[in-house]
Amino acid sequence: MKPTRVTNNIRALRFAHDEMTQAELAERIGVTRQTVIAIEQGRYSPSLEMAFRIARVFGVRLDDVFQYPEEAAP
Amino acid sequence: MTHEEKRAWTMLVVSVVAYAVYAAVVLSRAGGGPLAATTYAGALLWTVGGAVAVNIVAEIGMGVVNPRASRVKDVRDREIGRLGDHVGQAFVVIGAVSAMLMALAEWDRFWIANVIYLCFVLSAVVGSLTKVIVYRRGVPQW
Repeated sequence: MKPTRVTNNIRALRFAHDEMTQAELAERIGVTRQTVIAIEQGRYSPSLEMAFRIARVFGVRLDDVFQYPEEAAP
Repeated sequence: MTHEEKRAWTMLVVSVVAYAVYAAVVLSRAGGGPLAATTYAGALLWTVGGAVAVNIVAEIGMGVVNPRASRVKDVRDREIGRLGDHVGQAFVVIGAVSAMLMALAEWDRFWIANVIYLCFVLSAVVGSLTKVIVYRRGVPQW
């Protein structure tokens, strides 16, 4: 079971931004590299504040970074 | 592996080994006789003190072996730490309630001391194990 249903494009966004390393992103948002790895792999769902900080690093909107699957129609 | 995860592993291993040493010493002293008649206080205090000392030495050792390793603790570390402590604390309560009931029922001091020690160890082991599992598999969402 995945701990979160939130998916993200952080890996793709890092590569699109001069192949930014996980360590660089971690430093810019104030967390450890292991936390960036956990977020990228869907093992950790960041707080709303951290999600905004990540989006701001890449200069994109929040839903360009994070996605949540649509609920199936009843 | 973050510094906090290394600390969780150290606590897990040291707690298990210390209790195993204590159990082996007490059981060997009992030699098949009644456990309540066995001298245990020295072994208990030495293994508790030894476990604390080994944890401190391990902490220093990690700094000496890899001085450039990050010791930063972030929001994820704090969440995992809280979750592990929360799980482990249940055993401290179980130990305290058990010891109180045993004292009221006038059980031998040997059993009261040992149930408290066992629950402290279980608290450390289960709490650390929870942290290690959550570090590996992910923080559960409620």
